[in-house]
Parts: sequence; structure tokens; C-alpha cells
Amino acid sequence: MNAKPASVTVIGPSAGAPEGPDERLAPISRVTRALQRPELGALLGAVAVFALFAATDSTPQHLWLTQTGLAAWSQQAAFFGIMAVPVGLLMIGGEFDLSTGVMTGVTAIVMALLMGRLHWNAWLAIAGTFVFAALIGLLNGIVVVKSRLPSFIVTLATFFVLRGTSIGGVLLLNHGSTQVSLTGTHYGGLASAKDVFGSSFGASGSVANGYQTAILWFIALTVVGAWVLARTTFGNWIFAVGGDAVAARNVGVPVNRTKILLFLGTSLAAALVGVISFTQANSAVSEQGVGYEFFYIIAAVVGGCLLTGGYGSAIGAALGACIIGMAFEGVIYAGWDSSWDFTFLGVVLFLAVAVNTVIYRRAQKARR
Amino acid sequence: MNAGGAAAAPLLEVRNISKYFGSVNALQDVSLQVYPGEVTCVLGDNGAGKSTLIKILSGVFAPDAGEFLIDGQPVTLAGPREARGQGIATVFQDLATVPLMSVWRNFFLGQEPTRGRGPLRRLDTAHAKQVMRDELMKMGIDVRDPEQTVGTLSGGERQAVAIARAVYFGARVLILDEPTSALGVRQSGIVLRYLVQARELGKGVIFITHNPHHAYPVGDRFLLLKRGRLMASYVKRETTVEGLTDMMAGGSELRELSKELQGLAVGDAEVAEVAREFAAMEGDGEVGGARGEADTPEGDGARPA
Repeated sequence: MNAKPASVTVIGPSAGAPEGPDERLAPISRVTRALQRPELGALLGAVAVFALFAATDSTPQHLWLTQTGLAAWSQQAAFFGIMAVPVGLLMIGGEFDLSTGVMTGVTAIVMALLMGRLHWNAWLAIAGTFVFAALIGLLNGIVVVKSRLPSFIVTLATFFVLRGTSIGGVLLLNHGSTQVSLTGTHYGGLASAKDVFGSSFGASGSVANGYQTAILWFIALTVVGAWVLARTTFGNWIFAVGGDAVAARNVGVPVNRTKILLFLGTSLAAALVGVISFTQANSAVSEQGVGYEFFYIIAAVVGGCLLTGGYGSAIGAALGACIIGMAFEGVIYAGWDSSWDFTFLGVVLFLAVAVNTVIYRRAQKARR
Repeated sequence: MNAGGAAAAPLLEVRNISKYFGSVNALQDVSLQVYPGEVTCVLGDNGAGKSTLIKILSGVFAPDAGEFLIDGQPVTLAGPREARGQGIATVFQDLATVPLMSVWRNFFLGQEPTRGRGPLRRLDTAHAKQVMRDELMKMGIDVRDPEQTVGTLSGGERQAVAIARAVYFGARVLILDEPTSALGVRQSGIVLRYLVQARELGKGVIFITHNPHHAYPVGDRFLLLKRGRLMASYVKRETTVEGLTDMMAGGSELRELSKELQGLAVGDAEVAEVAREFAAMEGDGEVGGARGEADTPEGDGARPA
């Protein structure tokens, strides 16, 4: 990846007493400004991965470059991206959430149980699912903030508790089966809920099943995330609590509230994924989504979010999700042995982070 | 520089305040006045009670005894937020800005200007950048690029951003906690200049330091704390930089230490060197220099590779 800025004209440590304009401040070019964007690495990476699979595509009609290919990888990307954006925001805010993966499955099961066992209307069940997710998110956030334990540990605990409960609880409530399915069609509100969450659009000859609605949710969430981060007061606080929580508190930023809201964000997004997957399949299985938390974190990191917090971008996280989506689908299109998926992902992750770090260091060269 | 200041009522005054932590008298019977357009310097070595005093002044601690007056009216501050509401702003050393955030975001952090309503309420970035630029210009800093991260600024400029921010958000009393202690000689000079700028804007400034060389040139009043007590209090014409140094270091102690070292120095070149430095220090009263600030040039280009 040709991410070598030939001339990074970053402002030097203008340490002297500036009497009038400081001649050491070189004007900043648009190129440099672009290089300072956190999502640049992810954009280059996405283009590179796309090009790689366009070149290695071994399908008869070169489907990768058609709508078929687009529909396939964008669907994958959507499921990663809906989570990667809030996970990225949380990471910029200086925290981790390892319970996100299992939450996408648990929320699907909660909705399945509410509808299948309690015969709730689909919309009521969706509301119930979001309330459940909100409680888990608040719990994560409040425990992290109050206990001052690393969020890595707190949410790891949540992860295990939820994982265990999603098996044990479902076995108890569902006559000894870990799969909860709806049978028949007599479920109130299910059809309209499907339209909103679990259907598809734009079907045509070249893309028989159309694009999943999830893609629209993904795009919407990315736009909202990017807007919040760059243009709102809350976004300013996210950067601040992740960058330096003590300084943020000193100038009056509600650090705890900001962090709790970010945990709320990841768990609500997980509920969205749960609702989408349940309305698509009419069923949910225990442990679905387990292990995905790392893909979300990878997507955010590939997208330029700093693991230590304080820096990153929502658009970058979305691009990171696209890279993962393309990697999973592209391997199939290239006709490679899909057992190597993870090897490929590991390499992509490393390259993307390396490129990001190089860019970041150059952009921040003058930092001390 | 501010002849009329003494005649006006003090912006902030504490009378005979004390603070105990268990059986420890962290602060006892300390009084202090801050006048508009004046710099009140609080000097003292480590453990003298400076931090306790700042925390009382900035509303973090309530004093156990004594009076707290703002504009001549006795008040009880409930916390730092209320102190800020009363116009008392504290700039903590290195704990006031977020390095990875841009200058304008830092400037308005916690008090962001917005426009629009409801879900469209958004940061007024153009306004924020303009205000930030203007306010820093008043401090003599020309920020050409508002997107520049604070981490790329020098230590002195970072302090200046924090000071300018406090001034802009209506601070009448500025408390600067050791703003120069982590800085090199040149950078300290820059911060002192901003401090003077704030004074010229009519703010009451409390400057906490342990360096008389930084305090004397900018200060109008000097308080010396030792072991939680007020050891001495001067207005500028009553003292000199040597006088302050002598009081702080305990002049006689310093002379004794110097003699002792000279005694040890017989036959040891390194100790002899230290003794010579001490003697020189005593001569021109350069206590601050002993911290080796000259060894940490913060300036551009002077950094070792």
C-alpha cells in the first residue's frame, strides 16, 4: 500500500515565543490533511482488498464485479458494520465491550422467546428486546464506571454470564432445545417487522435475492455515528473521555455518563442485529454470535480507531467492516479453500493496522 | 503596574483558613487576597500546603476553619463547579487539555457552542474556531490551523490554551497550579508572559510555584508557605528575588548545607563540584536552577536526537 506521504508538512513543535506570525508554521496542504484522517488506511485497505478479489475472481462470469458480488459482501459487511460503528465509538471513548458478539445472539433469543413462548406481538417483542439490551448495556457501563475495573474484564464477565445463560436458560425455557423457532404464520406484527428489519430490496435479474434491509441499517448507523462523533457535543466528549479522562473531568465533561451511554450504544446495536437476524430466519440458536466481538473490534481498529482510545472514526470502522465482509465473501469467489479465511483476516488486520500506525505517526510527528 | 488595584475590594479573599486531615494540620491560619489586575504568588517547597490551599480556593475542599469571601461577601463553595460558576477557574498543570484533540475542540471542551435544534443540534464549528483563534491571538499565539492537535503544541502553548479558555469562559480569578514546573527555561518564559496578559485583562491571578525566579518578575504579592503555615507575606516593593529565595530555602540552612558539602568534598571531585554549585547558588540565590531546568530545553531544534 503506497501510504508513504512524500512530504508531510505537519506543524512543528512551535516552541518559541511567537512574535507575530510564526514562520515555522508551514502551510498545510490538502494532501496532508487527507493523510491525517483516521479512516484513510481503511479506505486504502478496502480498495486493495476489493481489487485483490476482482483480480482473483474465479467465477465463470466474474460475479465479484457485478451486483451479485456487491450484494453478497455488503450483506456480510452490514452485520459486522452495525456493530463495528458503536464498538468503534466505545473504543474512541477508551473502553472495550467483549459482550457484543454474544449479545447479538442473546437478543435474538430474547425476541424468539417473547414471540414463541409468550406469544407477544412482534413489535412488542422488539421493544422488549431493546429494553433487555439497554439493561445489559447500562449494567456494563455502570459497573465499569463505578468499579473502575478495566472494561475488558467487566465485559468478559458479562460475556461468559450471557453465554452460559443463553444455553442454560434456553434449555430450561424451551423444552430442552437450544433452538427457538416460530412455527406457522399467525404471529401479530411479524410481517411488518420483517419488512423493516429482515427483508430485502432491489431484486432483479442480476441479483435474484436483492439487497438485505440490514445494509440500509448499516448505512444509517454509519451516518449517525459519523455525525455524532464529528458534529455533536457528545462526540466531543467521546474523544475527550478516551483521550484523557482526568482532563475531561477537570473541564466539566460528564465522563461517567458519556461512557455509560457508549456501552448503551453497543448493546442497543447488538439488539438491532439480533432483531434483524431473528426476523430473517424466524429462529434463533444459543451461542449464535459468540466470537464475533473480535471482528467488531478488528473492524474498528482497521478503521483507524486507536486501541488506547481518544482517536478514530465511525466511517473508518464501517470501512473496516466492509474489508471483513469482502474478505469472507471474496475467498469464496476466488475459489480458495475457505478454511484459510482466518489466516487471510489475520494478515489483513496486521497490514491495515501497520499502515494506520505509520500514517498516524507521520501525521502526529510533532507530537511529544 | 496596577496602582489602583489595592484600593479596590479583593475579588477573592480567605481569612485565617485551616484544614486538617486527621491529626495533620495541612494548612493553618492562612490568609490571602486576590485583587483584579494583580498576580498573587504562593510560594513554598513540597509539602508546604500549596496543594491544599489550591483545593480550598477551587472549591474541592471546604476549609475546616476561617472565612472565604468573594467580592467581600462570605460564601461557602459546594464544589468545583460552583467555584467555576463564581468565576474562579483553576488551570491544573498538564491536566487541562486532551493531547489527541484539536485546539478548537479542546478550547470548548465541556462548554461546546451549538446551533440548530433537536436532533439537528450540532457543534457550531465555524464560530468555535473563530473564537478560539481570536482568544489565542489575545494571548499572542497565532493558531493558523484550528485542527492542529494540542499534543503538537509545546508545553507552554498548551498552558496558554488552558489559560485563554479560562479567561474566555468568564474567569475573574485564575488559579495556576505550578504552570512552569514541567517546563524548560524558554517555555516558562512564555507561560509567564501569558500570565501577565491575563493580569492585563484585569483578572486576579493566583500563581502557585516553588520558583522565586518565576514568581518575582510577574508577582504583585507574595505568600510564602511552610509546613502549612504562612511564613511571610510581601508586596513587591518589600522584597527582592534574593529575599524570597532566602526565605524559601531557609537561608541559614542552605549556608550550612554548603559548608557541610565543602567539608565532604576533600578528596572527592564530584562532591566538590556539587559543593561549588551550592556555593554559587547561595551567592546568587538560584534555587530554581538547582532543578536542572537548563538541562531540559523544550525549544525547537534544541532537542537531542
